[in-house]
Amino acid sequence: MASAVSSLEKYLEEYDEIKSTLPGQGLDWLVQLRQQGLDQFSTQGFPTTRDEDWRYTNVTPFIKKSFQSVLAKPSTTVLPEQMDHYYVPDCWQVVIVDGHFSNTLSKLDGLPEEVVVMALSDALIKCPDKVKSYLGQAVENEDHGFIHYNTAWFSEGLFVWIPQQVKMKQPLQLVHVVTQENVATATRNLIVAEAGAEGVVIESYFGSQAQAYLTSSISEVFVAENAHLTLYKLQNEASKALHCSGVYSQQEKHSTFNYLDFSFGGLIARNELHVNVGFAAACDLNGLFVGSGRQHFDNHTWINHLQPRGSSRELFKGILDGRARGVFQGCVKVFEDAQKIDSEMHNHNLLLSDNAEIDTKPQLVIYADDVKCAHGVTVGQLDDASVFYLQSRAVSEEEAKNMLTFAFANEMVDQIKVSSFKSYILALLLQKFPQGGIEQEWL
Amino acid sequence: MLSIKDLQVKIGDKSILKGISLDIKPGEVHAIMGPNGSGKSTLSHVLAGKEGYTITGGSIEIEGQDLEEMAPEIRAREGLFLAFQYPVEIPGVSNIYLLKAALNAVRKHQGLTEVDALDFLALVKEKIKLLGMDEKFLYRSVNQGFSGGEKKRNEILQMAVMEPKMCIMDETDSGLDIDALQIVAAGVNSLRSEKRSFLMITHYQRLLDYIVPDVVHVLADGRIVKTGGPELALELEQKGYGWIGQVE
Repeated sequence: MASAVSSLEKYLEEYDEIKSTLPGQGLDWLVQLRQQGLDQFSTQGFPTTRDEDWRYTNVTPFIKKSFQSVLAKPSTTVLPEQMDHYYVPDCWQVVIVDGHFSNTLSKLDGLPEEVVVMALSDALIKCPDKVKSYLGQAVENEDHGFIHYNTAWFSEGLFVWIPQQVKMKQPLQLVHVVTQENVATATRNLIVAEAGAEGVVIESYFGSQAQAYLTSSISEVFVAENAHLTLYKLQNEASKALHCSGVYSQQEKHSTFNYLDFSFGGLIARNELHVNVGFAAACDLNGLFVGSGRQHFDNHTWINHLQPRGSSRELFKGILDGRARGVFQGCVKVFEDAQKIDSEMHNHNLLLSDNAEIDTKPQLVIYADDVKCAHGVTVGQLDDASVFYLQSRAVSEEEAKNMLTFAFANEMVDQIKVSSFKSYILALLLQKFPQGGIEQEWL
Repeated sequence: MLSIKDLQVKIGDKSILKGISLDIKPGEVHAIMGPNGSGKSTLSHVLAGKEGYTITGGSIEIEGQDLEEMAPEIRAREGLFLAFQYPVEIPGVSNIYLLKAALNAVRKHQGLTEVDALDFLALVKEKIKLLGMDEKFLYRSVNQGFSGGEKKRNEILQMAVMEPKMCIMDETDSGLDIDALQIVAAGVNSLRSEKRSFLMITHYQRLLDYIVPDVVHVLADGRIVKTGGPELALELEQKGYGWIGQVE
């Protein structure tokens, strides 16, 4: 306990040093918002396993290392050629390296004029009022240490605003890279699709080396009436990183929000996903986590049906090898007047070793009486009958197992509608199968 | 081709096969008929190398090579093929991918070059016509959502692509209506050759109307109790399996 307090104090002491360098200094509302975040963080600290929602994910030993804010460190220079393998082809790119926006590494040529895509620090200078109407709004009623920390500390982020009826012609990729050791980065992304707008955003998180650091990222997503937004997220952090992210989405009527998450990297990765679904709105939330060694993946999702006639679909799949551990908690809540809700939630897990572990907990909380809600969870190993069937077709046992594991994962890759991103994810996934037997040309 | 001598097999402590001997020559079609529980499926599984069976005596050889020591995939690469009674559904693995992986594994084992994507497509399209299957089946997951008849046709398609020497067909007629049965039988008949042998395992005589065997064996309680020509199958159909017991 004493050490937890002292590490918290270290974070607070450091804040005094860096706060004057945070963006948005001249904006009273933001200074106030950050102060509120700081106050709440100083009372709560980071979540511990005593919090029900963090029972299976212990970040305390990690946090104790008291990572230094990237703002307290000199910035690094990254050459464009070092970035190449992070770019998904045929996308616009906004690049954040070690918590700072890089104009030279970003690629926004040909972006339609009416669409606003910029670093959050820029937006706070160029269109602060626009930022004010969204920042903090989607997380307003949420209360946990990582959000408060993020509100107080965020140094940068992505600001996307797609005006009414505008359809973005190609996806926008946020490339978030950490190159330094023992640093903490905090970013806040705001993604807004106005009425009837359409867009695809890819959030991608990378670490350049096998080192420890903290990534705290929060995305606030606003999908207005009849808007259609797709958010892909790729977490491929360095092998000792702690990645804590939250996506908080507000959906208005007849909108759709599709979310698809790929968690491959990091040592501990926590994803939170909170979606408020409006009248006759639809959300589709999916994810794949592939872990080995001592990796730990935690997916917590909340879907709130606040209005009638909404629908939600959710499928998270996990593949765990070695001593990897996974957590899935999904909660679908249907509020009292939200009739005619159609909801399905599934979590399927494949354990490839005796020491891998998954803790999974689907929850339905229903206050309306005319709804259709289903959920299902499976935890299993590769099916012996399937392995034998493939062997009887001349495929070696190892290849057969790889094939089946890959097929299990590929169902999620198949959901990607952007072909360049699909190839990108497929290549990363194939790296997870070093034993071979899986051909690129997965017909 | 396939030589089984005094084969004895147990599952746990229970004896299932109690000394079976069979000698199938190249180009021959043998049928094994028998009532439920006689050991038919055990025989097909043991030949393909499924786990869970203990061979307590006897030997199995394919072209003079001991089968017992070979992993299932090696048996397949050596030219042994089992058409399953219940083909397994494999979501996420497309039919064409498996066919290509299977063919290339066999070719590699035989010291041949692997077939490239284009040549393979031409080859598989030719084979699929043989089974009266739509090309769409190639891109669907293996057996997933296939009807009973489609699954059995798919087994024969795999057989046609892999071109095995020794084909074992486990209850291929079960679950087939008469039209599907005729298509499957025509497919099998087109694969018959002087170098390829078949072992058909079946409960009913029906399939043997379409794929006429050279030799018929009757299996009862883990033993071959009678061997004869195709007329034996007809006799069984008329008199039932009870008759075998009475003869003994």
